[in-house]
Amino acid sequence: MYEILLKQDLVPNIHLFKVGVPDVAKKAQAGQFVVIRIDEKGERIPLTIADWDREEGSITIVFMEVGTTTHRLALLKAGDFITDFIGPLGLPTHIDKFGTVVCVAGGFAVATIMPIARAMREKGNKVISIMGARNKALIFWEDELRSVSDQLIVTTDDGSYARKGLVTEPLKELLEGSDTIDRVIAIGPSIMMKFCAKTTLPFGVKTIVSLNPIMVDGTGMCGCCRVSVGGETKFACVDGADFDGHQVDWDLLFARQRIYLDEEKCSFEKWQSQFGGSS
Amino acid sequence: MAKLNLNREPMPRQDPKLRGKNFNEVALGYSTQQAEAEASRCIQCPKRNCVEGCPVDVDIPDFIKAIRDGDMPEAVRILKGKNSLPGICGRVCPQEIQCESTCSLAKREAPIAIGRLERYVADWERANKKSLNSPIAKPTPTGKRVAVVGSGPASLTAAADLVKLGHSVTLFEALHTAGGVLMYGIPEFRLPKEIVQAEVDFVTSLGVELKLDSVVGKLVTIDELLNNGYGAVFLGTGAGLPMFMDIPGENLNGIYSANEFLTRVNLMKAYRFPEYDTPVKVGKKVAVIGGGNVAMDSARCALRLGAEEVYIVYRRSEAEMPARREEVENAMEEGIQFKLLTNPKQFLGDEQNWVVGMECYQTELGKPDASGRRRPVVKEGSEFVIDVDVVIVALGTTPNPLIASTTQGLETTRRGTVVADEATGKTVKDKVWAGGDIVTGAATVISAMGAGKRAAADIDKYLRG
Repeated sequence: MYEILLKQDLVPNIHLFKVGVPDVAKKAQAGQFVVIRIDEKGERIPLTIADWDREEGSITIVFMEVGTTTHRLALLKAGDFITDFIGPLGLPTHIDKFGTVVCVAGGFAVATIMPIARAMREKGNKVISIMGARNKALIFWEDELRSVSDQLIVTTDDGSYARKGLVTEPLKELLEGSDTIDRVIAIGPSIMMKFCAKTTLPFGVKTIVSLNPIMVDGTGMCGCCRVSVGGETKFACVDGADFDGHQVDWDLLFARQRIYLDEEKCSFEKWQSQFGGSS
Repeated sequence: MAKLNLNREPMPRQDPKLRGKNFNEVALGYSTQQAEAEASRCIQCPKRNCVEGCPVDVDIPDFIKAIRDGDMPEAVRILKGKNSLPGICGRVCPQEIQCESTCSLAKREAPIAIGRLERYVADWERANKKSLNSPIAKPTPTGKRVAVVGSGPASLTAAADLVKLGHSVTLFEALHTAGGVLMYGIPEFRLPKEIVQAEVDFVTSLGVELKLDSVVGKLVTIDELLNNGYGAVFLGTGAGLPMFMDIPGENLNGIYSANEFLTRVNLMKAYRFPEYDTPVKVGKKVAVIGGGNVAMDSARCALRLGAEEVYIVYRRSEAEMPARREEVENAMEEGIQFKLLTNPKQFLGDEQNWVVGMECYQTELGKPDASGRRRPVVKEGSEFVIDVDVVIVALGTTPNPLIASTTQGLETTRRGTVVADEATGKTVKDKVWAGGDIVTGAATVISAMGAGKRAAADIDKYLRG
């Protein structure tokens, strides 16, 4: 059992938990994830590590209410316990001195990109970050991301805040600009990562994406998370989650993310009818 | 000498028609009367061939005699003295090629049903726990600490033996439940999880500390364990990496590794979805590729989940199937269809990426290969398509590379197994032993337990140096 030390509602449907897991906190690195199971009947879901505090012995996770598990998770409060919290899993993001690195975050992945941007900057890179959200109400951690970036560009799909448009637009402008871009890290919804990779491809800039297929154990045991990268089957849980975005078979990823749509709907409706979905 | 009784007591089993629709145990276990009758058939040979056939040296004639005499606490004491997991072994050991094959009555085709008697003793103990004193005497602590990685049969056995010898033992398990393949792999109807849990509880009751959710290689490395007070490490992490066929279409939706399918069903209890949150695709027409116990388990799970047609697709013939005879018969009785001498060529999908068919070759048997079994040879031009909506690939597993890749100085083979001395389990790395599927590749529960036992003895010897 792992205690939730702190809960913050970042925006109405995106929440932050700081969880007491000293051993995981000792080892966590940027780009890794944890697998959690809320209780005995819960499923195992992967969540990216947003931050860690080795002294306090805590890991920070940020999640959006999407399906049954994340809605149930959102009902927990500081002082509550999560039955299982397993990590740190996956390979850490490759951090090196590349030169100028563009970090692109879509939606709540701003939390995922934070430790990566910070590590890239600490390594001596110039970090330009782009964060995009559907609208103003979904923006969070703007100041936090700015604090670890040399430059920050914010977009909203509907123009309700900052620049109107998708993250790929400023990304393309940066690639066309006078600065040499040495590497792009794009994390967010799969479709956004696909289009970021598509944007950078003509410029030949290595683009790392963090794939989010369905997982069960998260340790390489089941193969549920298999993805195709450069024509080879990889397990995202142990071979990733970071991969070269130009090599990813995106259509396969999208298709495999839809395997349980019917069951997810059935499970969510059952949960809503039992608990009124009162989160 | 009394006349030999060659009437082996049959095992009562659930009716095939009923059991195909539930996850309750298939074999129901002996009644007291049946157990005593079977035990009375044992002629108590002076030369104990059955014991030699047992990888963990259970004093078989002695516990059988205790059953015959109606002294069940004594039967438990004898059995558990050598085997910490009798409820499991009584159910899933291949006794027909071990203790029962060396039984004197095997020549007359009526070996004593040692496995069923073992199960009877274990089940009696579980039902009568409160009436028993702890059968194991408390050892003198040695002050030495041993880390046991993984909590399947090899690790549980090693941990139990080491703690009984007075060492302080910590078991590290990556999943949220201990038991390894006994929990995630073998289905409820063959090995109820309550029984595995009871045997895990027995091992922890001996004083073994259990750390769940602990992925060694990520959370902590072997070298860190050795540098932090552990005098020895036993690796019993099994063969957890599923093998795929590497043929076109293998990543289509609806194609599972047996590991994934069984983990969803057994460990995550998808057969009780949506009461439990984890789903599994059931499918109307399910093909299971492979001929081992895991293939039988997968096929029989799919049937119980409600599949209309379930096929076992195997590239050799029935005679070469590695599965236990009993499990093949159970599967046939339940209505699993066997498509033998059949080998998949590719999977066919629809525009949503769902598997809809499996194109197969017919094969014929050629000369024996390295495994000693006749090699399947593809018949050119024999392709045909089987309509399917779920496929389960049960072609075996190899060790998860996580530990080997994060540990300096371990030697591994081309197949990813860790090299260890067969008699002692010692690896080439100082203070590290290994046993079970991580060394042999996927094998049986009891052979893993035997390896755990031998390694525990050698670790004890080393620690007492």
